[in-house]
Amino acid sequence: MTSKAVDLLEQWLGHRLKDDHSSWLQSQLKKVLTSNSDRELHITLGLIPRKLGREDLNLTHSELTEANNAISGWNPGDWSIDCAARIAVLCRLSEHDKEGFGDTITDLCRNADLAESIALYSGVALFPDSEQLDQQVAEGLRTNMRAVFEAIAHNNPYPANHFDENRWNHMVLKALFIDSTLAPIYGIDQRSNKELAIILCDYAHERRAAGRPVTAELWRCVGPHATNAMIDDLQLTAGSTIATEHQAGVLALSQCKDPLVQQRAHELTASYPETMAEIVNGTITWDVIYQRQQHQSGN
Amino acid sequence: MMFIDPHAHMISRTTDDYEAMAAAGVVAVIEPSFWVGQPRTHVGTYIDYLSAIIGFERFRAGQFGIRHYCTVGLNSKEANNAELAEAVMEILPRFALKEGVVAIGEIGYDEQTELEDKYFRLQLELAKELDLPVMIHTPHRDKKRGTSRSMDVCEEHGMDPSKIIVDHNNEETVREVLDRGYWAAFSIYPSTKMGNSRMVDILTEYGAERIMVDSACDWGISEPLGVAKTARLALERGIPEEQVRLVCYQNALSAYGQSGQMSEDHWLNPAAIDQRTVYEGNSILRGGREPLVEDAAVKRNANNLIIE
Repeated sequence: MTSKAVDLLEQWLGHRLKDDHSSWLQSQLKKVLTSNSDRELHITLGLIPRKLGREDLNLTHSELTEANNAISGWNPGDWSIDCAARIAVLCRLSEHDKEGFGDTITDLCRNADLAESIALYSGVALFPDSEQLDQQVAEGLRTNMRAVFEAIAHNNPYPANHFDENRWNHMVLKALFIDSTLAPIYGIDQRSNKELAIILCDYAHERRAAGRPVTAELWRCVGPHATNAMIDDLQLTAGSTIATEHQAGVLALSQCKDPLVQQRAHELTASYPETMAEIVNGTITWDVIYQRQQHQSGN
Repeated sequence: MMFIDPHAHMISRTTDDYEAMAAAGVVAVIEPSFWVGQPRTHVGTYIDYLSAIIGFERFRAGQFGIRHYCTVGLNSKEANNAELAEAVMEILPRFALKEGVVAIGEIGYDEQTELEDKYFRLQLELAKELDLPVMIHTPHRDKKRGTSRSMDVCEEHGMDPSKIIVDHNNEETVREVLDRGYWAAFSIYPSTKMGNSRMVDILTEYGAERIMVDSACDWGISEPLGVAKTARLALERGIPEEQVRLVCYQNALSAYGQSGQMSEDHWLNPAAIDQRTVYEGNSILRGGREPLVEDAAVKRNANNLIIE
């Protein structure tokens, strides 16, 4: 599966790079694979942006579909040329040296500049699984640099496929904590769970106690696991005068699953017939709420 | 007016300083690796330090709309710890090709010992091999002879003076540095290095060619607005605007831009990937947060009681 992914990467790069840049990359890759030390690897990764530039990869719609077909959830829509080239080299190295690759990743992450960190973590779903890789991704989540965190959390299938519940929950909570977003997290609905709903409601209470806004996206992970006490939070949110919050509150209420609270949730949603109609016909979804919030914040 | 501070140890400074610098017009800083005040005794701490200035500090600066570059090197004080020095020399090549590394530096002499001399020379060779500019720290003590000796050694190693920035100059060293074809940098640092009034006198006497001004702000009592304040003082005293632009902006860009890692486009027309990740620009930050550049004077006033 990953070999299909690296084939795609090389194909996309091939279409975008000038011929002499493509052949430079090929010859560097050969050096990396035949060298006895890691020197060539460090030099190649360092030279890639200098030689190939840092423009966006700008994948077409059909290329993005190919990506998702190769690895479900892989969405390199934001990747740059140098990021793609670095990951392609590392993928080929991992095929060549599966055993040592975990240690290589640890070493590279320890010495990485910002763009390298982003590339390394964006590519983790394409690398062979290892204990070291798993540890390194956990380390990456501890960053204070939002772009590095988002390289792991956003448009990347690794967390959904590898994280245990605790790590997953803390990634979601941290995304909110650092003003990041939830919609680009692959598997955000599938991996939601009761424990996460409790954590997020507590977090919402803290924010409200401090007089700080609560992002509408938070309720996405609460609705399906809402308890009676959580319905109080959703009721409050549905009553908000801010459109996205109101919509999020009603949408979350409409997604309650627990038979013990469904009746109450249903009564509450019934008091917002217009919003419910939009939810039923699909004009209000979590992705729409996310996009409206992004739009409001000028992104 | 846009300014570059080509010598600022931002790792030792607060967010107030970033705010004040951004508000004063500083668009880019260069952070030379240096002696952090407490000697490092393990190569591991050196690695983490270098990683911090190529990583987190760059990110931190970007939040204030300031582009951050750095230089990597083994400083002269720590060159005297031979075991550490050997280990640092091993790992330096790894860091020298990182994004935003514009020179090998700051390197040179402190007490002018044999070990300092040995590692100064080895690092000049590394800069030559990697085709990187060099930032030279001239010694605080025995400065005049230390400065001449630094240039002698550069020439022994066949270095091109146009790729070497000799820093911490004063009235006693500047003529020789310029005559020998090097860039002459001045650190506007209260009490120990240059004052900006003296700096204006130097500009009056020597003009602006190959001269640049920096703050060298660090963990000591220093002035992150050194470049901006010098520019204003120079303009007030009648130095032509074009000359001020050269010494407070363009010369640093021309000298360190030779690395291929620093260009005006980075702040005037940043790459899309940077705008998404490390450089927020001077406008309102992403994610709906308030712009971080506030009036530092207002915020630091102890009578302004509310913290939100």
